Amino acid sequence: MKEQPLTIQNGEADDQWDLAWFVDKAVQFIMFVGGISAIVFILSIIVFVVEQGFQFIYETLDFAQFFTSPRWRPTSEWNPTYGILALMAGTASITGLAMLIAIPFSLGAAIYIAEFAQGRTRETLKVMVELLAAIPSVVWGFIGLSIMNKLIIDWFDVPVGLTVLNSGVILGLMAAPIVTSIAEDALKAVPDSYREAAEAMGASRWQIIFHVVLPAARNGLLGAVLLGVGRGFGETMAVLMASGHAINLPTSVFDSVRALTATIAAELGETAQGSDHYGALFAIGIFLFIITFAINLLADLVVRDVRKS
Amino acid sequence: MKKLVFTILMAAGLSSIPFAANARVMLQNKGSDTLVNVAQAWAEEYQTVKPKIAVAVTGGGSGTGIAALLNGAVDIANASRKIKSKELKMAAKRGIKPVEHVVGYDALAVYVHKNNPMKQIAIPTLAEIYGEDGATTKWTDINLKIPGCRGQQMVLISRQNNSGTYAYFRKAVLGKKRDFKLGTRDLHGSKDVVDLVEHTPCAIGYSGLAYATDHVKMACIAKTKGGPCVNPSVASASDNSYPIARPLMMYTNGAPTGHVKDYLDWIMSDEGQCIILKKGYAPIRAVNCK
Repeated sequence: MKEQPLTIQNGEADDQWDLAWFVDKAVQFIMFVGGISAIVFILSIIVFVVEQGFQFIYETLDFAQFFTSPRWRPTSEWNPTYGILALMAGTASITGLAMLIAIPFSLGAAIYIAEFAQGRTRETLKVMVELLAAIPSVVWGFIGLSIMNKLIIDWFDVPVGLTVLNSGVILGLMAAPIVTSIAEDALKAVPDSYREAAEAMGASRWQIIFHVVLPAARNGLLGAVLLGVGRGFGETMAVLMASGHAINLPTSVFDSVRALTATIAAELGETAQGSDHYGALFAIGIFLFIITFAINLLADLVVRDVRKS
Repeated sequence: MKKLVFTILMAAGLSSIPFAANARVMLQNKGSDTLVNVAQAWAEEYQTVKPKIAVAVTGGGSGTGIAALLNGAVDIANASRKIKSKELKMAAKRGIKPVEHVVGYDALAVYVHKNNPMKQIAIPTLAEIYGEDGATTKWTDINLKIPGCRGQQMVLISRQNNSGTYAYFRKAVLGKKRDFKLGTRDLHGSKDVVDLVEHTPCAIGYSGLAYATDHVKMACIAKTKGGPCVNPSVASASDNSYPIARPLMMYTNGAPTGHVKDYLDWIMSDEGQCIILKKGYAPIRAVNCK
């Protein structure tokens, strides 16, 4: 065994308590606080939401009714019921339709921007996509309420245009720019040497994209899609305005529905704190939290699995 | 330049606050969102009558206002519903005696599309349209045919389940032991209801008379099937002949005294009542306004 120099062994003790030492420690502490702040915030949010909803869930909530009854009637005078089946169906149908619309469009856009567009076209497109992402959700909701509503009534011969179709299209358009820019980043991250190698083998442009670039960018693309799903799940304002906000088990895209998030947004403000209704809304919040957590966890696991193999 | 002027104004505004606090009496007024616009108009106008009294108005809902009164946080609570027995019990426990003052009426109109030929509708019919298990789902069920309405399917428009309007309509039309049908479109504002009815031929909705426009039609309301109907108007709400009008109230702790009494007396005066009329609600009695 080699003998270690004495000064390094006793490094701690030899520290000089000068200004630089204090600055060093202070910066280290600030960085540490910054680093763990995300964890602190997320834990506080979990504790707050669970604490607010816990009493109701523990004492009053009938789980079977909560998940299987479509009757959401928290303010009924004689028989309050807390069933979120219809609300879950609403959220699922809107998000599902939104993804059907957003995924092909945004993957197409991402492939075009990353692989085909050149120079000015490319820069303009990128800016436009980012601009689309910057439109506030209440403006989207307004478009749904005032423009899409009329169009859907005229085009499809239905009595009212505030439907799954309306909010699904709006939400699809909202999610598309996010999916597009993340998917584009994923495609850009594929090394050019892959493309060059494929080209050297005589592959056509389409063959390169389909057989080389897309498989190589799989993780990133999946991440983009899952983020889109998360966006759809959590979006509130636009959905509140465009979906019709009607408690309904949808049987077609022309039915009005109500989303979980929209229910919280519409009702929490005027609900007495500590009441059963208040607790029930927090129970929905906890449920939403669990779902988004599950989506993220799933994404993480899938991406890891892909990485391993 | 603009910025400079703004800064000076801000500074002037800030520095005047301590003086204002010394010279003025603040009355706290909180509650019903239905009443909040009127309450604000009253507070503003009262500034010109008694510049030394400032009334701070906030909304938040009838329940919020009454809760604040029970906590002793406000001088006057606005409510578009009567105080509940639960709240009265809590008031007694805390030694607070809520006294009710009716300051006006809000008539709920039943709105339909301009092309809807409906002239009048009876409350039992409305109950079958809106109530759970009600049999009426198509306009043809009540012998109407609406031009431009595909399938003659009724599109029911309602309010979010914690609004005072929703609770009042449920009680007045559906009765105590009945809930709304599932599948009503629950909108989040009185004005939104009227807007949606305007654009939807199949629609039927309820909202305050104050939100009426020329682009929608209001039904004449009959208490019983085939009975005489009353048109919603400020006059019919004031004289209690219109069947779905609710009183708008202010609650004070005990009989009002001093500045609070002055303020309420002024609200009840012709001047105060003309303001509520101008805002589209019905005054407590017939008034002559310029």
